[in-house]
Order: sequence, then C-alpha cells, then structure tokens
Amino acid sequence: MSECVLAVRGVSKSFAGVQALSDINLEIRPGEIHCLAGENGSGKSTLIKVISGVHDPDEGTIEIGGVVHKRLTPVEAIAAGVQVIYQDFSVFPNLTVMENLALNTELASKRKLVNWRRFRRIAEEAVAKIDFSVDLDQLVGKLSVADKQLVAISRALMSDAKLIIMDEPTTALTKKEVDALFRIILDLKARGIAILFVSHKLEEVFEISERFTIIRNGRAVATCLPEELNRRTFTQYMTGRDFEDAHFQVGELPPEPALEARALTVTGAFSDVSFSLRPGEILGITGLLGSGRTELAMTLFGAYRPDAGELLVKGSPVRFSGIRAAIAGGIGYVPEDRLTEGLFLERSIGDNIVIAQIDQLVTRGLLDRERKTASAAEWVRDLKIATPDPENAANTLSGGNQQRIVLAKWLATRPDVLILNGPTVGVDIGSKHDIHEILRELAGSGMAVIIISDDIPEVIQNCNRVLLMKAGRITDEIDPGTVTERQLAALMTGESDQEGKH
Amino acid sequence: MSALFQKVIRANEFYVFLVIVAVCLLIQVRSGQFFTANNLVDLANAMVVPGLFAIGAFLVIVSGGIDVSFPALASLAVYAVTRFLVDSHYEGGILLPFAMVIGLGALLGAFNGLFTSRLAVPSLIITLGTANVFSGVMQGALSSVQIAKIPPAMAEFGRSSLFVATNPVSGLTSSMPVSFLILVVVAAIVFFLLRFTMFGRGIFAIGGDESAASRAGFNVRRTKFWLYVIVGVIAAVAGLIRTCGMGQMHPTNLLGMEMMVIAAVVLGGTAITGGTGSLTGVMLGTLLIVIVQNSMILLGIPTFWQQFSLGLLIIVGTGISALQIARSGNGLRAVLR
Repeated sequence: MSECVLAVRGVSKSFAGVQALSDINLEIRPGEIHCLAGENGSGKSTLIKVISGVHDPDEGTIEIGGVVHKRLTPVEAIAAGVQVIYQDFSVFPNLTVMENLALNTELASKRKLVNWRRFRRIAEEAVAKIDFSVDLDQLVGKLSVADKQLVAISRALMSDAKLIIMDEPTTALTKKEVDALFRIILDLKARGIAILFVSHKLEEVFEISERFTIIRNGRAVATCLPEELNRRTFTQYMTGRDFEDAHFQVGELPPEPALEARALTVTGAFSDVSFSLRPGEILGITGLLGSGRTELAMTLFGAYRPDAGELLVKGSPVRFSGIRAAIAGGIGYVPEDRLTEGLFLERSIGDNIVIAQIDQLVTRGLLDRERKTASAAEWVRDLKIATPDPENAANTLSGGNQQRIVLAKWLATRPDVLILNGPTVGVDIGSKHDIHEILRELAGSGMAVIIISDDIPEVIQNCNRVLLMKAGRITDEIDPGTVTERQLAALMTGESDQEGKH
Repeated sequence: MSALFQKVIRANEFYVFLVIVAVCLLIQVRSGQFFTANNLVDLANAMVVPGLFAIGAFLVIVSGGIDVSFPALASLAVYAVTRFLVDSHYEGGILLPFAMVIGLGALLGAFNGLFTSRLAVPSLIITLGTANVFSGVMQGALSSVQIAKIPPAMAEFGRSSLFVATNPVSGLTSSMPVSFLILVVVAAIVFFLLRFTMFGRGIFAIGGDESAASRAGFNVRRTKFWLYVIVGVIAAVAGLIRTCGMGQMHPTNLLGMEMMVIAAVVLGGTAITGGTGSLTGVMLGTLLIVIVQNSMILLGIPTFWQQFSLGLLIIVGTGISALQIARSGNGLRAVLR
C-alpha cells in the first residue's frame, strides 16, 4: 500500500449540516493518470480542497508519500509534493511570465528581497522542464489560455511535485491545445509524476486516463478502468440516471425555409456563407475556434452587419440594424458564455426570464407586475426549472438550471429561429441531456434551431444536418446519420486542411 | 534599440510626458514666464504635498483598493500633534514633531489596515467611513480651530530652503524648500520597496489576483495591513510638511484633495482596477496637474476655470489610456480580425 502517492481513506466532510463528502476512498499510484469525474456539486472540488489541505476532513485520513495525515495544511500538502492547477490557473495577469514562475519558489524559501537575476534563473529552469518556449518578459495577461496553463504547469513542477491535480484543464482549450497538453501530461507521467485529472467530459479524458473514480452526491460510486466504461455507463454513474443515446429524428418539414442565408459575408470573419433552414430542423454549425462560426452567429443575430450577401427570414430579405431588430424579426440567440453574456446573476429568476420580452408586459407605460409574475411562473413550469420560488436570485441555481433560464429568456420572445452558441459548455451531463431534450421538443413544435458547437457528439446526436466551417467558409455539409463522430473530428481538424484553403 | 523604442512608445508615461511638454510650451509661448528659474522652483515646491499623497494613493490603488481617507488622516494626525506641542509650549527641534506625526499616522493607517484586511468590504467604503471618523474626531473631540502660531521649529522648517532662485527680469524670488528632499527620499524608498522586496511584489500580486496571491503563499492580510500603515505614515508626513510650509495649522486645508490626487495617479497610467502602474507615471501625472493648477495664473485665466480645465484634463487623460487598453487588448479588431 505504501507505493501510493496519495491514499484517501474514508474521508467525510460536511458543511453546515450538508454532507459534501461521505466515506471517500481514492488511491493514486506514482506516474498514474487518474480521472476524478463527477457533476458540478458532486463533491469534486471539496475533495480536491481536502487533498490540498484547504479543508480539514471530518473523518478519515489522507496518506501522502507514506505519511498519514488526519489534517493537513496547504503548506504541508505543497511540501509533500501535491500541486493544484486551478481552473483559472491562479496566475497574475499583470505580472510577467518570469515573475509568475518565480514568485512561488521565492515565497516558499521565505525570501524577503527580490533578486531579478535569480527570478530569471528560476523562470528559465521552470520553462525548460516542459520545453515551453515563451517570452519571459511578456505579461501573463497577454498570453493565450493554453500558454497561461503552461505557465501554471511549469510553476507547479518547480516545487518537486509528485502529484499534480488539474481542475477541468481542458475547458477553455481548442482540440489542438488539448493534444499538446496531453503530450505534456504523458511526459510528466514518464517522470513518475501522478496526475489527478478532474473533468466531467468523458470524450476528453477517456483517451488519457488510466483509471477513473466517479463521485456523485459526495460518494465514490465507481472506481474502474477505461475498458469498463462507455459513454452510457459513464453518464449513468455521474447522474444516477439512464439516458438513451438516440439521434435526433426530424419530423415532417414544411417547404418554406424559416431562415435563409445567401452568400453572406463579413469581411475578415467569413465569406460566401449560404444555407437554408426550415421550421422543425436542428442545424448544426461546427468548426474550430476562429473558423468564423461565432461571427456567423453574431451576424445572424444582428450584432454584426454583413458586408455582402443576403439574409432572408420567412422568405423576405432583412437587414438587421442591431440586436433589438433581430429579436423583433423573430431571431433568438443564446450566447456562448452563459455567465457573462446571458444572465443577471444577482437578479431573480423571474426577472431574468422576462427581460427579453419586457416590452410586451407593459400596461399604460408601466411594467405590469402581475403579468410579469404570471409569465415567469409559466416559463419556470414549462422549462422544469428546479426552484421553489421564481423570486430567488439566478445564482442560487445549478449550472444546468441557469442554462434553462437563458433558454427561457430567449424563448420568451417566441422566436421563429433559435440560435444557440455552445449551448452546453460547462454544463453537467444531466442538464446537458435535459437541454438537448428541450431543443428537440422545440424543433418538434415547429421552431427552427441552429446549434453552433465544437462538441462533436452534441451536433451529431442532436442535428439533422451539420455544416462544417473552416477559415470563414462552409466546407462540408454532413448527414449525422451516416457520418461518425470520428470522421467529423477528422474533417474538422486535419486531413482536408489544404482543400479548405482553396 | 528598436525594442526599447517600442517599449517607450507604448508606455503610458510617454504620452503623459508629451502632454506635459505641450502644456509647458503653450504656457511659455503665451506668458513667456514658464521656463524661468523661479517658476520652476515654485512648481517643485507645489509638487511636494500632492506628490507624497499621490505615492500613498498609488500604493493602495496598485493593491486593488482605493483610499479616500488620507487627507482626513493627515489632518487629524497633524492637528493632534500641533495642538499638543503648542499646548505644551514645545521649543525643541523638528525631529520630535516628525516622529509624533509618523507614529500617529501609522496608528491611523493601522486602523484603515485592520478593517480592509479583515473585512470583505471594498476599501472605498471603509476609507469613506474612516475619513468621516477621522475628521469627526478632529472637529468634534478635539474641537479643531485654526492654530495661527505653530511651534517655532515647525515654522522654521517650513521656511528653510535649499537654494533661492531669482527671476532676472521681474526680480521675483522663489526658494526650494528642504521638504522637497523628503519627496525624493520617500519616492526612492517606495521605488525600492515595490521593485526589490517581496512585500512590494506582493502588493502588485494582490492587485492582480487576490486569491492567486494567497494561493501562491503571500500573506494577503499582513501585506494589506502594513500597506495601509505605510500609506498612513506618508500621508501624515505630507500633512506636516503642508502645515510647516503654511506657517499655521489650518485643519480643513487638506480636505477635498483626495479626488485631485487620485486623478493624478490615474492620469499617470495607474490602472484603477489595480495591479499596474509605475511611480514615474504617478510623478508625471502629479506634475501635469500641478503645472495646470499653477500656470493658469501665468496665462491670466481666471482661477475658477481651474476646476473646469482640471476636470477636462482628467477625462481626456484617462480616456486616452482607456482607448490604449482597448486597442492593445482583445478589442473589436481582435473579434473581427
């Protein structure tokens, strides 16, 4: 047993009477890549905090490198070789790469004065560990997300880490960056450093993880090898529910399109984009970051004006002067980042729902509170938003339920066309299925839906047609019934790169 | 060489410097009095108190906070010390008044520091509160009145000069006060503190990301506490210099200066959100404001236009730096490529 880097035994923890963790066991061996999976609120973060010494467990022990701890301080955890790379990387955007890399080491050795030459030496040593080439004098705030992560990784390695915990490391990365990250992780593994990979995205962790521990409601429900898991069992463990992996079946379609783009162009973003969408369809638009997919969505929604081409809603050409005009024209848009673009987190759930249709709730120039309350209650019911009271603040809800509010907000204007940009980024598996369910229902009731996403299984399963964008152009149209996820991924990233440029 | 040039061109300080040069030339052309020895010495003299305040305000802003209590803090510390010395008929040297003011400034700063480091309340709110407490104590408990006759050592320190500059044409003279050295020394110490101590890097780190700073191992509470103590000391010293320079203790003389000082700091390129800024910028920002204030008279512009033009300067100055941020960051151009 002593060959474990980390052994968590029977750990329980509760906060104010709420049991966050109960009787958790977890063992990680040297050089092992272990995946800790669970939905938001399942206790993953609490467990990480117990391992890194931020929280003391109520019961149980943590054994690091053969030493058994009943309680642990963050300093002891770091000294024992446990490093956490947080989701926000915990870097200083206003300081240089050099300083970001050197500060921790200098603080750990209790230096009081700054020797810039020593800072540089430490930083050079740190980036050399993972062959990371970066300008040490650049401000970290100006680096890409992937480079910020590499700064955090090189910094973690400086303290002689034996276990590196990565909290949702792939969330903000492109596929290419994820591949680069995985190469680094494999390299660390080769040096005997264990990785605890925290994620809720099966697709990404599957290819690299050697063992899985899945927790749900504070309990470890399964510890298993990747061979023992598939998407369905994984989801089952995570949510405790069983979901059908059925493809979306489109119903009978009326002949007139709800939305039509003809040679739509925004200079510098995308060009010559044409497609038509009929009520009842779910159209997927996919492509890598920077392929122009987001800009296309913003144009359809009136945020950007096209430089050339035509947009037709229900057969008549439109030129939206802005977002309000697009809403009036029957277009709904669910933005990419539900937290910063889509919700007033401090305001009530009801307020958030009615905000987009507030004009319709006005009686004699004043807001009609009764109609507002009635409308909010109706949507909470229709969308199965789990709340005891629509007057509660939106931030009291879980991620998936928040997404439902954002949906409610845009459905409130009764759009003919609903555009969703990355609808399930950062959403629990369970809520993700619920959202997909809602979208299918909406399409079934005659709404035209566009899903813009780089989540390949998402577009394959939920769309009846998928358009692939590359370098600002639509390069392929795919029938999800005949194309596999693997084929679509290949089309997206590699193989046909040269053709895409012509 | 070109890399250095690029760096200079991109620096905010460079633009403030250009504006200062432009303003100086304008005043010189209009009045012919700007580049005279006595005017330059007058400017240096006028820099001392706002300059010290600006250094203190800068430290707090870099740490991600904002302090509006320093004029009240300085007034209270200096009033209490002056009152005590006058009542006890103090006849000794200048060192004791300085020591007492520094001690009291540190104590009042610690009061600010205690609240800001312990409570999750924005420092603006806390210092708004303490500013009122400080001026309330001064005006209520100490029933402050103007003290016309300050201890002789203080008055003498106020009059002492390094050298006297004479305008050959008008014959006007201006003397460079000894207190200017204090500004230089404080600026040098703070520069060293920020650049070469982990405490100073901690102030920047906290201003960049407070939770990252505590995860990295900085003692955020302790750093913040001592930061406010230092700022209290700097402010109290500035207050004493002002009182000595005026030759009398005017309890409300400093109140209301906070906005002008914070404006100078921001004008010098310090991000109001914390984490970035330089002492050079702060000094340039203060200089610009002092020049505008002082030189309106040379141009024969009525003094009530001072407020107006200062306000305009602040809006234009901070607007330009905001534009620069938008241009260098992921602005619209990055979105549309």
